Amino acid sequence: MTDAGHDEWLDAVGDGDGYYLRCPAGHGSLPPRRVCPHCGSPDLDRRELPATGTVKTFTVCYVGGPDFEDEEPYATAIADFGDVRLTGVVRGVDPEDVSVGQVVEPAVGTNCTTGDHLLVLRSR
Amino acid sequence: MTGVRVAGVGLTQFGRYPERTGRDLFAEAALAAREESGIPGDDIEEINYGNFMGALAERQGHQAPLMAEMVGVDCPATRYEEACASAGVAVREAVRSVRSGENDVVLAGGCERMTNLSTAAVTEGLATAADELYEIRAGITFPGAYALMARAYFERFGGDREDLAHVAVKNHDNALPNEYAQFHRAITVDEVLDAPMVSDPVGLLDACPVTDGASALLLVSDEYAKAHGLDAPVSITGTGQGGDNLALQDREDLAVTPATERAASEAYEDAGRDPGDVDVVEVHDCFTIAEVLALEGLGFYDAGEAVGAARRGETTAEGERSVNLSGGLKAKGHPVGATGGSQIAEMTRLLRGDHPNSDHVADATVGLTHNAGGTVASAVVHVLEVDR
Ligand SMILES: [Zn+2]
Repeated sequence: MTDAGHDEWLDAVGDGDGYYLRCPAGHGSLPPRRVCPHCGSPDLDRRELPATGTVKTFTVCYVGGPDFEDEEPYATAIADFGDVRLTGVVRGVDPEDVSVGQVVEPAVGTNCTTGDHLLVLRSR
Repeated sequence: MTGVRVAGVGLTQFGRYPERTGRDLFAEAALAAREESGIPGDDIEEINYGNFMGALAERQGHQAPLMAEMVGVDCPATRYEEACASAGVAVREAVRSVRSGENDVVLAGGCERMTNLSTAAVTEGLATAADELYEIRAGITFPGAYALMARAYFERFGGDREDLAHVAVKNHDNALPNEYAQFHRAITVDEVLDAPMVSDPVGLLDACPVTDGASALLLVSDEYAKAHGLDAPVSITGTGQGGDNLALQDREDLAVTPATERAASEAYEDAGRDPGDVDVVEVHDCFTIAEVLALEGLGFYDAGEAVGAARRGETTAEGERSVNLSGGLKAKGHPVGATGGSQIAEMTRLLRGDHPNSDHVADATVGLTHNAGGTVASAVVHVLEVDR
């Protein structure tokens, strides 16, 4: 399945050119957007995604859906990247060693079950 | 504006009925509500039906007119979908339609059939209540999403898995005498803590089960109830709904649920009540942390304070303000599209005095129900009051 806006964004992250959308009030969001999801402003600029973020919260999933059955157990985290947060599968560390505050880099990986691209938060 | 009365309630027992169709389950609940109310089918002017994943589970879209047919009523019928809050919004729209004067008699409720699917397919189906691009593709399951919220809560306010285990133990105890509950089995704190981990820190016994079932309510105007001499002492006096960003990553704070706050403040204002007036509560405890988030969002506790409420005994059957005397989603079961209607059916029985747990709240006059969709990107709150 292709999704204009999202796929383009994921490719950019994979190329090391990750970005996010920022409104004049400083709210960050990810595409596809026509307006800021927080204040409704239509003035969205592309900003460079910071090179690193920190894990805000995470879970180690032992029972995933069918699309993730070859991945179990896997850690999924929400990480702060300045104005915006990303949700991704944590790689480069044992899932049970993930912690809040850990520094991660955005990257693109392959879902082992489906072969699709997915957002990865790579442990540094 | 007319008042809205609950003239009859109907429930199937919640449980595993992989061989029973959704249409049969809803018909059982709706016909039970009709029988209890004594209202003839011809008087029903509209059906508001909640369902979440029927298109996946039964290959059946367009369910509402089918349900009207199954209960033998010829009237407009509409399906409401708001993930796990589907029946909550169906009831809310029924309240609004009766209040507006448009209709005097509306049948509202919902149904879900889930156990005919494999666990993996149910997990996948439920996950569709999350953001497809930014959450499902990142491996988010429904337990996983609540696990993210639970860890954020622990980080911000403290509390631990043992606190949450007391929520599960309490709700299983409450379900024991409830004939409609899926589980009639007491559990211990140690069993909850020792259960297999699903998505850390959410363990198997922190999670509601996979459930089939249906709920139905007959809502009528005050005038209709009076003109027909109905015995309908319970009214819905407040309704409110709130929303939030769908994806957790877009929310400022993962340890609070503003959609619940918004729904509650609207419902309290609508009913002219405040949290201090509420005697008994049914909240959306799809996971143990969800009950904690709900009690804070509803204004019964300050943020960070509700995590120990069950452990301290404040929300048990004997506590000051009993929570989930039905057994909650945790032990009564969570047939997603039926849950919001079931909470109001249970609250009606509790306030009327004909629920097996009514003795615990014999003097209660004000009840509140809280039904949440997904990770509380939507929430519906109702205030119910009984004539005493
Ligand atoms: Zn903005």
